[in-house]
Amino acid sequence: MINWLKETGEERDIIVSSRVRLARNLDSCFFPGRMETTTAVKVYQNISEALEHKTFQSFRLKDIPEIERNMLVEKHIISPALTLTPELSGFAMNQNESQSVLINEEDHIRIQTLTSGLSLREAWDQADELDDRLESKLNYAFDEKVGYLTACPTNLGTGLRASVMIHLPALEMTKEINKVFMTISQFGLAVRGVYGEGTKALGSLYQISNQSTLGDGEEIIIKKIENLSRQIASKERETRKRLIERNTVLLEDKIFRAYGILKHARSITADEAVRLMSLIKLGVGLELITDCTMNEIDRLYVDIQPASIQYLQRQEMDNMERDVKRAELLRNSF
Amino acid sequence: MICDECGANNAKIRLTKIVNGKMIERNLCEQCAKKHSQFHGPFSLQNIMSGWLSDFHKQETIQKLQCEKCGMTYDEFKQSGKFGCSHCYGSFKKNLSPLIRSIHGHDSHRGKIPEKAGSELKQKKEIEKLKHQLSEAIETEAYEKAAEIRDKIKELEKEV
Repeated sequence: MINWLKETGEERDIIVSSRVRLARNLDSCFFPGRMETTTAVKVYQNISEALEHKTFQSFRLKDIPEIERNMLVEKHIISPALTLTPELSGFAMNQNESQSVLINEEDHIRIQTLTSGLSLREAWDQADELDDRLESKLNYAFDEKVGYLTACPTNLGTGLRASVMIHLPALEMTKEINKVFMTISQFGLAVRGVYGEGTKALGSLYQISNQSTLGDGEEIIIKKIENLSRQIASKERETRKRLIERNTVLLEDKIFRAYGILKHARSITADEAVRLMSLIKLGVGLELITDCTMNEIDRLYVDIQPASIQYLQRQEMDNMERDVKRAELLRNSF
Repeated sequence: MICDECGANNAKIRLTKIVNGKMIERNLCEQCAKKHSQFHGPFSLQNIMSGWLSDFHKQETIQKLQCEKCGMTYDEFKQSGKFGCSHCYGSFKKNLSPLIRSIHGHDSHRGKIPEKAGSELKQKKEIEKLKHQLSEAIETEAYEKAAEIRDKIKELEKEV
């Protein structure tokens, strides 16, 4: 379950969460891709000591069982890349899991903060503060001309990747979404689906983030994404209103059919569940469905993922068993 | 066996993909398999990046450049798209500016400066200024003043 997600927050009906990631490296050691295990362990120790022990708990990846690792990936607390080198990597997180520090992924340090709704500024302030705290105890690799030095030149400069997770079913239905994305790409922002593969976003959930990390200051990057996301959210809201006014029965039918399946299915894949829950989210946003909250649904998105299902049940399960457990979980939730 | 994709060449490679928990098996010829690995390889960003990097510096004969700290060669960097250490940026400096510009559209950082580096930066600039004053003092034969400035520089250099 996602602990930090709140019911309230700006644009919460359309924007699920905001996320800030900062890439940092220590000046004295090779980057993780070229590092010996002994150095990696030292780096891990230095970083976890530099974090306050009271608020952060750190773990070496090799000590975390595989299902739990995958569950943490599904919760977006750690990245899939971190799990590739369990002997070298580790992470630290605070109690409600809203802040994490990935250690020895592609870079020595990846600071990450997650907040509810459209709240990039808050996420940035938190990350900035944690960054200052780490920097006071560690020596960062920094160059006056090109900024924070990163293993991959695509993260150079601010090392900042800011993003929002946004739910756009109405713009998808009217096919206006491509126009929206074309416009924002002209502002140097990138869009990708949160779930699903390729260009099609499963469950209409998209992530909008800055493409370039060098040239603009952090304030400008944050402001740009906040501003454009707010505009897209208001466009989505308008489109939803228009859709429900013009096609009341059709849209209601779609939403309540999804509701019916989730409420009664005996076996369901994660993909199908994500697709149907998107319609429930839309129904809650339009106040057609009132017996569950946006927060409950958004938390379910993570809980129904393969590793999270197994983690909740404390046992390994095959595909079929998972589909059955997933259906059970969903039945109990709606 | 004939390739599932082009239906013309002999299939030599069996490609197994797992998509959303479902296993898909295909028999492919070398050419078609190549196409797949390019777009669905586990590190597609890396593949694209290295393909582009080698194109980027095609005509130049700079392969022998090597980072003196971590030993990474520029060739290796082109392959992986990732640097070996922070020192690589200095070692490959000459080649990097156009590359960085082509990725970000800029080549100068305008954001946060870490406090430590910030104060060091200030000191470095201060030392430069004093050195300039020192040579001026020597030129005008103001030796007493020059000695004073020299001591200041020494002190600052100790801190950096």
